[in-house]
Amino acid sequence: MATALDAASDLSDPSPTPAEMPDHVVVRFAGDSGDGMQLTGGQFTISTALAGNDLATFPDFPAEIRAPQGTLFGVSAFQIHFGSSRIDTAGDQPDVLVAMNPAALKVNLPDLRTGGLVIADAGAFGERNLVKAGYGTNPLEDGSLAKYQLLAFDISRMTLEAVKEFGLGNKDALRCKNMWTLGLALWMFGRPRKPVLDWLERKFGPNRLLRDANIAALNAGHAYGETAELAGPLKQFRLDPAQVEPGFYRTVTGAEALSLGLVAGAKLAGLPLFFGGYPITPASALLHALARLKEYDVTTFQAEDEIAAICAAIGASYAGHLGVTSSSGPGIALKTEAMGLAVMTELPLVIVNSQRGGPSTGLPTKTEQSDLYQAVYGRNGDTPLPVIAARSPTDCFEVAIEACRLALRFMTPVILLTDGYIANAAEPWKVPRVEDFPPIPVKFHTEVPAEGHINPYARDPETLGRIWIRPGTPGLTHRIGGIEKSHATGNIDYSPANHQKMTDTRKAKVDGIARFIPPQEVELGAPGGALVVVGWGSTYGPIRQAVAHCRARGLDVSHVHVRHIWPLPANLGELLASYDRVLVPEMNTGQLKTLLRDQYLVDARPLSKVSGQPFRIAEIVAAIEEVLK
Amino acid sequence: MNEMTKPVPATRPEDWASDQEVRWCPGCGDYAILKAVQKTMPELGARPETTVFVSGIGCSSRFPYYMETYGFHTIHGRAPAIATGVKLANPELDVWIVTGDGDGLSIGGNHMLHLLRRNLDCQVLLFNNEIYGLTKGQYSPTSRVGTQSPSTPWGSVERPVFPCEFALGAGARFIARVIDTAQKQMPEVLKRAYRHRGTSFVEIYQNCVVYNDGVFEGFTDKRNAANTQIWLEHGKPMLFANGTKGLAVNRETLRMEVVDVSDGDLARVTVHDETNKAIAKMLVSMRFPEFPVALGVIFCDPRPNFGEALERQRAEHVSGRTADLDALLRKGPSWEVRPQDAGPA
Repeated sequence: MATALDAASDLSDPSPTPAEMPDHVVVRFAGDSGDGMQLTGGQFTISTALAGNDLATFPDFPAEIRAPQGTLFGVSAFQIHFGSSRIDTAGDQPDVLVAMNPAALKVNLPDLRTGGLVIADAGAFGERNLVKAGYGTNPLEDGSLAKYQLLAFDISRMTLEAVKEFGLGNKDALRCKNMWTLGLALWMFGRPRKPVLDWLERKFGPNRLLRDANIAALNAGHAYGETAELAGPLKQFRLDPAQVEPGFYRTVTGAEALSLGLVAGAKLAGLPLFFGGYPITPASALLHALARLKEYDVTTFQAEDEIAAICAAIGASYAGHLGVTSSSGPGIALKTEAMGLAVMTELPLVIVNSQRGGPSTGLPTKTEQSDLYQAVYGRNGDTPLPVIAARSPTDCFEVAIEACRLALRFMTPVILLTDGYIANAAEPWKVPRVEDFPPIPVKFHTEVPAEGHINPYARDPETLGRIWIRPGTPGLTHRIGGIEKSHATGNIDYSPANHQKMTDTRKAKVDGIARFIPPQEVELGAPGGALVVVGWGSTYGPIRQAVAHCRARGLDVSHVHVRHIWPLPANLGELLASYDRVLVPEMNTGQLKTLLRDQYLVDARPLSKVSGQPFRIAEIVAAIEEVLK
Repeated sequence: MNEMTKPVPATRPEDWASDQEVRWCPGCGDYAILKAVQKTMPELGARPETTVFVSGIGCSSRFPYYMETYGFHTIHGRAPAIATGVKLANPELDVWIVTGDGDGLSIGGNHMLHLLRRNLDCQVLLFNNEIYGLTKGQYSPTSRVGTQSPSTPWGSVERPVFPCEFALGAGARFIARVIDTAQKQMPEVLKRAYRHRGTSFVEIYQNCVVYNDGVFEGFTDKRNAANTQIWLEHGKPMLFANGTKGLAVNRETLRMEVVDVSDGDLARVTVHDETNKAIAKMLVSMRFPEFPVALGVIFCDPRPNFGEALERQRAEHVSGRTADLDALLRKGPSWEVRPQDAGPA
């Protein structure tokens, strides 16, 4: 199997070749946060998808919106890994680094593969920017980049020339730099320009001047590649389309797939969707996406705070909608008391946590998986609720539907864990049809008891889910609340035996979900063996690649990836016991590891990374080798 | 009602009382409020099954358990947020929020502010007893300076918030005030609150017999009520003390002042205009005993409510659009892989 490392080794060949044919390539665009790198990366992604390559992306940007120009902390980057075969991660190391200024070079160079290609805007490497980035001498000239290939040319000047005829001010003209760079990148990898031209048309619409200037810059960058290739230094790469299943495809980010999955889940249940949210990075994307979908029976409510957001969703569920709320770690912490209310009143609710680096404000724009304890354990009282996790951007769609299904079938709040990486990253998605998913049956209780009052805690004997009565239903008036209620009448009841029974029932209901979820499967490998690598969430890509890599070398290692975090699948304990060793890579200090140890008394060992960056394949490969040594 | 519709039988006050034993302290002002609400509901033409009482935490927040309606006893301070979800999800429901001075203005102060500014169609009954009752008597955000309590053994030094002043500042479009024992006037105020389409904020002075007994006695004592209370009526001169005194806006100082009325000469007395926010501001700023306590409907000036504004926007947006979810899934840059293009996946 070709790896990124193999493919990229082509690049270290100093002899000029007309066209390189790697299996896959990792490109990172890096610049000031105001340079439009996320836009450039996003457009390159769409063109790459349309060229038929499989891909994965990793947008990595600072918490500041427009950090001071030229500074190290203001560097924004977008990485894309694309190729002719299956792509699971955004790539360990870039093969190509596009650096729009000295700070971008300084921050990103350590990640570049030795022998990789640096494309730098020499025009941005003036004295001032060099000082801001802490360079004593110009790295483009002082030989410090000797172990890389370097292509430095004055992109700023060439952009200004390309857009001169439009008479833009210097500042506006320079803002077209990203389109020039994109044009060059599209040429380098033989990507079509048309999707970008269409997008510029839509984006600028009536502003013909800016539209035409950006098109001119894009075309000039593309033409520069063609011309420079003739002169020798620049090479064009050719990547065949990936071999994939026939079907209809689009690119999708995790946040997009999640919003679509929630809408689909509500539709499968025949319910309106009520979304209560409060702006927070990186969860806001969900609020933005759903706010535009009013015609799909979606109500979005931007509440005054995180607590009001979940409470309004609970109120809507009480009134017969499917309530959903979303946030990131600190906001989820604020919602905790209300989650207890939803557990106590047994109302359906989906709580999405787009995890980010913690604790407290932590790393708002960086990714982490450190809210697993919070999700499983983090409430007052014995307050069990199901927790599930998405593994990739496209997986968010199915996981969102699963969250809706669990919430409605078992009348319970459900926590859906995703993370900042998944939320922003994009990958190709074979678009399913909603009808391919089984409907989610929902029945509101309307039957008036022959005598006495309705007991709102009457349960389905199989699932233990309670009946759902919408206010407005004649003859069934009743009161619910956070205070303990009698299992037999629904009235306030503090008696010892009743609290014991209700606590036991709440636990049994959630534990029992394990009987209704699919058994845990082995992702790669087979049950039994020397080592199993157990992951959850967005570590899916690097674990899968690492395990595949090791297996190809004959190592006895398997990959298990857990979607249902709580309750865990019924067969998981037995499955883990069938291996000699258990390794759990997590972007936290070992939270699933603790859960597995607690549940199964298994000697699970952690592999921890909390740098705000996803795992590299090589890091997991090294850990596997260490265990099997 | 036309002849084709089946008449809905009228309700009686007892139809609104649940079978639950009321657990407030004997003599608590909450009993009187409960009685007045149960008495008023039939007169509103409301139905138990389309009525929802939402509350937070505290003595007042046990209210829903005693009403034979739908009820949601939620968590401390959050009733306005829960009620927002209930009402937006089902605008047909009559939503009542029952809260107290601690629940509504301390832990839930933020939600109250935003409920009022959004103008959700609901009624807020804020029982103000100037004390934390259920936690055994600590001073509350409405307690007067100097209030001695377990947490302020030498008296509170904090300046209180005045609920109606807060509501007016937050943008409430309906503000009224009553006293728990005012059984004659309370139903009228509740009816006005119910008919107002927007957030109707009603402050109810409620006596806590255990921890703050008699705190309002200065103006609630019936023997002297004529001199200490002024019951407002829209379009009528603001008179009290059996018509011998009135309230007048001093046009020079732009302040309210108490004037004597002799020989029925009302020339100096200001006529209450409940749509006038400036007058409302002066009325809610009056402090007893310098002024009588303003009671009844202080301010009522409707604006579009939150739910109807959202609904209007939805209707405009949805008109002419179809909700094809499969088309939505396929939106954006996309491509087709045909069988002849595809190899093994």
